[in-house]
Amino acid sequence: MSRLDKYDAIIIGGGHNGLTAAAYLSKAGKKVLVLERRHVLGGAAVTEEVFPGFKFSVCSYVVSLLKANVIRELMLPRFGLEILPLESTFTPLDNDYLFRTSDYDQTYKEIYRHSKKDAENYTRFGPLMGQVGMAVRPILETIAPNAIRPSINDLLSLKSLLGHVKGLNNETFEYLCKLMTMSSADFLDEWFEFEPLKATMSASGIIGTFMGPRSPGSAYVMLHHYMGDIDGSFRAWGFQRGGTGELSMTIARSAKHFGAEILTEASVDKVIVKNGEAVGVALENGNEYKSDIVISGLDPKLTFLKMIDESDLPEDFVRDIKNFRIRGSSGKVNLALDGLPNFTSLPGDGPHLRGAISISPSYDHLERAYDDAKYGNFSKEPYMDIILPSVLDPTMAPPGKHVMSCFVQYAPYNINGGWDDNKREAFGDAVVNTLSRFAPNIKDLILHRQVLTPMDLEKTFGLTEGNIFHGELTLQQLFSFRPAVKWADYTTPIKNYYQCGSGTHPGGGVTGSPGEMAAKKILKIW
Amino acid sequence: MISGKKSSKFTANTQLKISPFFERTSKINMSQEWKRWGGFLASTKYDLHHDNEYFAIRTKAGLLDISPLYKYRIKGKDSKLFLNRLVTRNINICEVGQVMYSSWCDENGKVIDDGTIQRLDKEDFRLTSAEPNLYWLELNSYGMDVDIHDESEMISALALQGPNSRDIINSISSKSINDLKFFRIINTDFNGIEVSISRTGYTGDLGYEIWIKPSDSLKIWDILIKKGKDFGITPAGLNALDISRIEASLILLDVDYISSRHALIEDRKSSPYELGLGWTVKLNSGNFIGYKALKNENKNPSHWRFVGIEILWDDLEKLYKKVGLAPDLPHAAWRDSVPLYYNKSQVGYATSGCWSPILKKYIALAHVNSKYSSLDTILDFEIKVEHYRHLTPAKIVKTPFYNPKRKMSCPD
Repeated sequence: MSRLDKYDAIIIGGGHNGLTAAAYLSKAGKKVLVLERRHVLGGAAVTEEVFPGFKFSVCSYVVSLLKANVIRELMLPRFGLEILPLESTFTPLDNDYLFRTSDYDQTYKEIYRHSKKDAENYTRFGPLMGQVGMAVRPILETIAPNAIRPSINDLLSLKSLLGHVKGLNNETFEYLCKLMTMSSADFLDEWFEFEPLKATMSASGIIGTFMGPRSPGSAYVMLHHYMGDIDGSFRAWGFQRGGTGELSMTIARSAKHFGAEILTEASVDKVIVKNGEAVGVALENGNEYKSDIVISGLDPKLTFLKMIDESDLPEDFVRDIKNFRIRGSSGKVNLALDGLPNFTSLPGDGPHLRGAISISPSYDHLERAYDDAKYGNFSKEPYMDIILPSVLDPTMAPPGKHVMSCFVQYAPYNINGGWDDNKREAFGDAVVNTLSRFAPNIKDLILHRQVLTPMDLEKTFGLTEGNIFHGELTLQQLFSFRPAVKWADYTTPIKNYYQCGSGTHPGGGVTGSPGEMAAKKILKIW
Repeated sequence: MISGKKSSKFTANTQLKISPFFERTSKINMSQEWKRWGGFLASTKYDLHHDNEYFAIRTKAGLLDISPLYKYRIKGKDSKLFLNRLVTRNINICEVGQVMYSSWCDENGKVIDDGTIQRLDKEDFRLTSAEPNLYWLELNSYGMDVDIHDESEMISALALQGPNSRDIINSISSKSINDLKFFRIINTDFNGIEVSISRTGYTGDLGYEIWIKPSDSLKIWDILIKKGKDFGITPAGLNALDISRIEASLILLDVDYISSRHALIEDRKSSPYELGLGWTVKLNSGNFIGYKALKNENKNPSHWRFVGIEILWDDLEKLYKKVGLAPDLPHAAWRDSVPLYYNKSQVGYATSGCWSPILKKYIALAHVNSKYSSLDTILDFEIKVEHYRHLTPAKIVKTPFYNPKRKMSCPD
């Protein structure tokens, strides 16, 4: 191997966090190599032309939490960042609907139509969640301290966080505690009465999580989704023009601009560890690359249990990682359509097709869907979060045609008898049938259908058990516990081996945050 | 009392004029918000918020009714001679089928208005302007063989702006516009209806302006909407246009400068050099109104320069953080005069600004004393945070802020 092949840092996985870390390290002058197993960059944030002319954000499909400072520091607008606002949420019901938009008065009147009390409370709820979001932000932006054996720096950051928490007003503190511990259903019951409103709002508490709206802890996941950060102000969801993969490509272009090398179809087999230190990686094709440090953007299970030999890791750590909960609970159904769906309750084209469409008529609908999964089946009538990317960006489909992205829960990874082709198709049928209850023309519109089970998500995207967050966002695996106590600051028990994926603080979603914070931590100690 | 009645069945109880497209635009204007433009009613936005319309301009295609523009037809043997005298650019090099942007000045070299000149034929031009200019045109054509005709209400116009605009027009027009270069104009037809299409606009993006006989207006609108649907065509109002034009650093009369004809005091007047329009002043092309003054000014640096500034985010964020808020960004473009300082002395003022959703930057256009106007200079921008005035740093940056390649390129 020539001297030229030696890198300052090698990043395993060209997911959006790996690319973010690569961009930051390159910007700081380091010689960086990113190795991606697949032919496309982005990890779970990819766009692929699954059927000729029809492009899909195959897995991750919306952008909301991408950090504003990452956008600025990596100059992403210059490299193609174009986020189109998803302005509304439409919940179709059997004989009616609920349609919330970004317009205050319009949304007030719409909720008022269903419940006066809810309309009033809704106007208070938004600002409160905004305040709690602001209150959580410093926690999200702090490198998680080692809670067991804190260093001086850890103590200082803990002290400043405690100071911050002490400075919160009583109401914010109260709601922060409630959100950390309650179920989203219980939390929302304290505020609202109109079932479809509560169910739709609670749904963001179950996304990517093996929990129902009545499971304690789901309120935090809801808060996690409330911290949308477009344009640096707290706002709603967005869609990257060209699909989520285009967002990964903008980060990749930024990384390349700063000098990073990126290789695709370069599947890393193992991290090479010598005397307890990472010194490079070995690819499946036999190539080896040397580097001063190795950073894994994979989930904690793969980062440690696949890339490293167990014998190189402390026993208690291996136990922690094995216990790390990463149950897959969701599937994705991507439909190529011949036209737009026609919802019985709000027929025709309209602004309701430009935002999110939520199949969440009631808590019971969601909870029953969860019940199926609890006992090892996919939901017969699943919860769905749907968007029509081609309405926002016509280049996603041929003229006059459309693509529909359905995020579906629940589909347990460990389904009874295991996933097979028949079950996959049956799961796809359940999705289409549920959808046709609200938009009966959907069956006639489907030209192609791609069904991704958690097993497929694992195989295609390397998401263990198909968990979209690299591990559930439950209290015991957040902050100083993500992914394991003592190793939540992006370091690992192996010297010169670091982690930067969604399985680290502050967790999943297309935030760029773990990648950014890992890179900043590494640069500090390098 | 109700004008525009003849051109449209749809009426509104207004003393303003209504455009030939009003029959359509009034029905889809969900916000029912209108602005006044050249004596006409013009949609502020069609949705309750302008976001979708703005993004249509930048990522799909926005359709804007620009009929209120003033349009003058200038024909006759001396038409070229006349325009060469009127505007600061060299019209001799303007070919038939070409469009030129220019400002025109008074005899002291101060800008009266700015607009485009289309050369439709050898002795046939169309001049567009923001304000009425008929008197000035007639005054300055005295003794020339030229026929000046106000055709403002005899031509309606639509702007189709955005990356998909070419595809939409190609799907309708009998002639392909693939070869239509930036600032060129052609005649074609949409389903047999004659239109002219110029590759011009006020958004700094790939875009076209379509010039139509008023009686054909609704037919053209309907064809565009129908055919454009698959390409994401979206009617867009003036709010979306305002953000786009600031990103493209295009000036607006009465906002970024005052016409020398309306300026009550000398200080309110601006020369083309002071508005960033020095490139339109062709001193070697002969005599035009204001020539002497501009030739003089060109030798000595102008007092003012027109620049783009970027309000720096981190400092802005800190100011808001102090009061417990996330930065409160202007949702629509603003049009106030905002002071700019250098070392605590005021050295200029910004005249329009906005949060750029595509650049993710807070930008503004500003007049700055030329001594403090070089690139990367940090000025202090006045801002009110929770009712209190503060200064926050703003950097002078290159303009246009947003300048996609597609604006000027043609397909291979």
